[in-house]
Amino acid sequence: MGLFLKITLAVVLVVLLWRMWPATKHWMENGPKGSRGDWMSFVLIIAAIVGFVALMIVSVRN
Amino acid sequence: MNPNYAAVSRPRLNALEANKVLKNTYMLLSATLAFSAVMAMVSMYINMPPMAYLISVIVAMVLGIFVLPKTANSSTGIGVLFLITGLLGFGLGSILTVYMAMANGPQIIATALGGTGIIFLGLSGYALTTKKDFSFLGGFLFAGMMVVVLAIIASLFIQIPALSLTISAAIIMLMSGLILFDTSRIINGGETNYILATFSIFLSLFNIFISLLNILGIMSSD
Repeated sequence: MGLFLKITLAVVLVVLLWRMWPATKHWMENGPKGSRGDWMSFVLIIAAIVGFVALMIVSVRN
Repeated sequence: MNPNYAAVSRPRLNALEANKVLKNTYMLLSATLAFSAVMAMVSMYINMPPMAYLISVIVAMVLGIFVLPKTANSSTGIGVLFLITGLLGFGLGSILTVYMAMANGPQIIATALGGTGIIFLGLSGYALTTKKDFSFLGGFLFAGMMVVVLAIIASLFIQIPALSLTISAAIIMLMSGLILFDTSRIINGGETNYILATFSIFLSLFNIFISLLNILGIMSSD
């Protein structure tokens, strides 16, 4: 039963990939390109989230 | 992960219409989160086995891929959205039951829940106050999601804790970017359908919560 469910989920995920492909292709080819500043602000946000998750890990280990 | 993003440009909305979409999205998001939480409690109360999670996710994904896009422009879409979020909540309940049985399970759940809330409020608040256009993230987020889906398929059959941790970390980063991207699309008029917007933000929150549970669960044990 477990293996059957895993295979079913894998098939559904492949269908998801197939359905996501047109949007992915569109955004990669025609999506707006960010400036260096745009990407820097995004990297800073992600860094803040990584730091926050690290804090949560420390809190559950103590 | 929401496959229902339009691959073509849509007409831009004015600020009033965009605010209406935003308000409807947050109202529907609140209602679906509450419903999902109730379904999770029901699942925990009747002690559903972990297998229920896989079944719920499969059915919810099929509904999200094939049914929701066809009904999102009618009131039926709201019913389908509640069905999907209820199913995900029900599946989540079976996972929470496993965590509750751990020594520090309640602490892990509370931390993951609080963390998800703080991440969502922080990111939404940032996107709403700066009104910055995060559509430049589109290509990166979609390509990243496709890579993560491929990694998830591999992890279904290859049980490596490091791979599971890496996938969870990648999902948190991608879903955080997606919250910025979705919120920015709503306020800048790129998303006009509040049902699809709610679905996407709900999935981001759900995925962040599940990934945080996984990371905290693995990292809390020695």
